[in-house]
Amino acid sequence: MLGLYLHRESVIHRLPAGAKLGGLLLVTAVVLTLPGAWGAAAAGLTGAAVLAAARLPAGRVLADLRAPVVMLTLLFGVQALLAGGGWEETAVAIARFAALILLATLVTLTTRVTDMVDLFERLFGLLRPVGVNPAKLALMLALTIRFIPLLGEQVREVRMAQRARGVERNIAALFVPLLVKILTMADDLTAALEARGYDPADSGSQATTNTSTQR
Amino acid sequence: MSTRDLVLCALFAALLGGLGMAPPIPLGFLPVPVTAQTLGVMLAGTILGAKRGGIAALLFVLLVAAGLPLLAGGRGGIGVLLGPTGGFVLSWPVAAFVTGWLAERFATNANPIRLFAVSVLGGILVVYAGGIPWLWLVAGLPIEKAVFGSLAFVPGDLIKAGIAAVAAAGVRRAGILPIHA
Repeated sequence: MLGLYLHRESVIHRLPAGAKLGGLLLVTAVVLTLPGAWGAAAAGLTGAAVLAAARLPAGRVLADLRAPVVMLTLLFGVQALLAGGGWEETAVAIARFAALILLATLVTLTTRVTDMVDLFERLFGLLRPVGVNPAKLALMLALTIRFIPLLGEQVREVRMAQRARGVERNIAALFVPLLVKILTMADDLTAALEARGYDPADSGSQATTNTSTQR
Repeated sequence: MSTRDLVLCALFAALLGGLGMAPPIPLGFLPVPVTAQTLGVMLAGTILGAKRGGIAALLFVLLVAAGLPLLAGGRGGIGVLLGPTGGFVLSWPVAAFVTGWLAERFATNANPIRLFAVSVLGGILVVYAGGIPWLWLVAGLPIEKAVFGSLAFVPGDLIKAGIAAVAAAGVRRAGILPIHA
């Protein structure tokens, strides 16, 4: 399944997902503590450096920023007008958030979904003492990734069937069959998993390695 | 959690993604599009209950954070979650949990009115309680503007709660999945 990941041969792409996510948190914290324009400048420079180092197409990546910048301009514009904050402050605030969104987007574009999912699995493993089971989480994430195209297809199919029968405005006629289908699928998939020897009680460290090699 | 619970959580997380493939209805003057995805949050709560519903929505949010373009309009990634409207998405796991918790207590039958009330409280109130302060904190939008701006989505959300109630009642009537399974 295709993510937002854009492959390039670069140092940034090779960095582990944890380092990138940690770095993002660190830079965000620094930007939010640095006063005004300094934070914006620091984040902007970091963003530009990462963008260049990752060898991503600058035009495409920056085009992704247009929507949030327009949104932020509207939000802060309203604020500047109403609260009399002045345009300099508004511009700095927009620049800060635009830079942070750019950095977050770069993390997403340079990190494979599977690497990010593995990282989440390890992070959730830290919650094992409070009863969180990372192996089950990993299995559910893998299943969800597999099911998404299937469910998208189901939604489309049911909608088309209803349209053909002229009952597309009858909401119960749209969602009840869809949900019944999903719940029936759940029984079949459970049977399939158990037939292949999946045992939810047996989910220690061994199961973790199993799911990650299968992915 | 049984194997079936795992599968149900994964399926409903995938349903949230599937509902995102329906084209969003832009309102033009506001940054948050109207999507069918909060309907999926309400359905996860009313049909799966608190724990499984909450986990289903959490799986979805994790996959968005991991970089899958699952939000309506093919958006995804950490940038969107950290952006001005991120709070509306980050609150979904809590919203599904609260919807399910209320449903387990007050709407265990096929009464659509109760299911509607539960969907409104969990699926609208909780989502706004997460999204509006986020708009205020992250985007610095004055709180009253954030509240007024969000009001534009209430009619659409009420319709979604109605759909969730009718659909959940239909599934309950079919007797396929009792909420305390």
